[in-house]
Amino acid sequence: MSKSKVFLCCCEDVTLQEFRDAFTEGFTELESLKRYTGVGTGFCQGKGCLSEAAGELAALRDIPPCDVRLTNIRPPAEPLTFAQLATLDVPDPLDDPGSDT
Amino acid sequence: MIPLSSGPIPATADAVIIGGGVNGLTTARELAREGLKNIVILEKNYIGSGSTGRCGGGIRQQWTTEENIRLAQESVAMYENMSAELGYQVFFRQGGYLMITESEDDLPALRDAVALQNRCDVPTEFLQPGECLKLVPDLDVSHLKGATFCPKDGTAYPFAVVWGYARACHRAGVKIFIRSQVTGISADDGRIRTVHTDRGDIATERVINCAGPWARSIAAMVGVQLPNKQERHEIMVSESLKPFLDPMVISITNGIYFSQSMRGEIVGGIGDPSEPGLNGPSHFDTRSQLRFAVRFAKALLRYYPRAGQVRMMRQWAGMYDVTPDHRPILGGVPGLDGYYHICGFSGHGFMLGPVTGRKMARYISTGQPDDIITSLSLDRFEKGDLKPDAFVVG
Repeated sequence: MSKSKVFLCCCEDVTLQEFRDAFTEGFTELESLKRYTGVGTGFCQGKGCLSEAAGELAALRDIPPCDVRLTNIRPPAEPLTFAQLATLDVPDPLDDPGSDT
Repeated sequence: MIPLSSGPIPATADAVIIGGGVNGLTTARELAREGLKNIVILEKNYIGSGSTGRCGGGIRQQWTTEENIRLAQESVAMYENMSAELGYQVFFRQGGYLMITESEDDLPALRDAVALQNRCDVPTEFLQPGECLKLVPDLDVSHLKGATFCPKDGTAYPFAVVWGYARACHRAGVKIFIRSQVTGISADDGRIRTVHTDRGDIATERVINCAGPWARSIAAMVGVQLPNKQERHEIMVSESLKPFLDPMVISITNGIYFSQSMRGEIVGGIGDPSEPGLNGPSHFDTRSQLRFAVRFAKALLRYYPRAGQVRMMRQWAGMYDVTPDHRPILGGVPGLDGYYHICGFSGHGFMLGPVTGRKMARYISTGQPDDIITSLSLDRFEKGDLKPDAFVVG
């Protein structure tokens, strides 16, 4: 099969070739590849493609997959409508010391 | 090509810029245009990973001080030419900013602001609530008492801006090192000497602190006390929709702002008066809260009920680097040659960064501060020369 028809991210229609092209352009981390190609930003929020993308990036960089830095996982786990969110009571602010993620 | 330098950190540089966000990259590029050689940018994470890449991408000229209006005006002029000038699409779109209020009490200030902006040739107009429907047909104007609109305000894609500037930096010979953290700065005889990093030391006579919310920590390395406080602000993005929303809508009543990106997403945030960092000491925290998502959804549906069935895709947080008067800090400090800071943008660094970077580059290369740099210097806090702007929203 032509590589141009292999999709890495099915939500956002990112092909494997587009991902590789972005790497060649200098986007060498998943955080940047996500923002350049849109990989992992669709309805599944990366659940369907992040590990594939990490594996592909490991191969492109010739490093072990465990050395690929993953993207930050961001809420919600599943997309929610604004109407669903607006029915909730406003929780109190978190007041624990915080962190830098 | 996004040019990232590999290999060892150079042993010497003519200038070391700390921070690979909008401020660091624009300053580096402008410094190179001023003729400075051997410029190094040190970014501790990845390009745009700090406040730039977390921001809403808005660029507005609707301010209440002439200084902010003039700066923003110059910045808009730069954004208008940015894609062509960088040879890189930054997705700048001038859909305007619609500033709305639910309070009669705000109307005199809004009218005064329009008058001041008009005197500066910013084409803002005052609108009655019903007139907003011409701009945003499905806006719920039933709560509104008035609005102002400037068609020349807009949005850009923050990552595209930093990528475009990174490419321009590379073409100009600037070396950009990511995953490279500054661990200390040495000075003696009142001069900057060395920047220490986790990848080695760089001998240099100039260091430019563009570290955003980390600027205070960087300044402390050379004994400079910044009054900046760090505040968490949260933001979200929805699924992509067909184009339906031209302007950025921003409420000075509840602090919500939302616009539609060129990719079709609703991008928006809302200020939270209960955020710990606002009223207490700095609260460095980039985690997300359900509280934000709920508050944003309620505020969005108050003004745009048709968005009820739109899905929120993800939320994140970024840090504002906030000064006591919400104006940036530019310039250097007396008695420490070669140290400069470009920080304290208080949530407006993306919109002002290109123009302040240009002004600071000129100052650094010529030694001549212009009026803006003098006005925004650190010593204003000692002198008590504070001119806060009333339109700090979000």
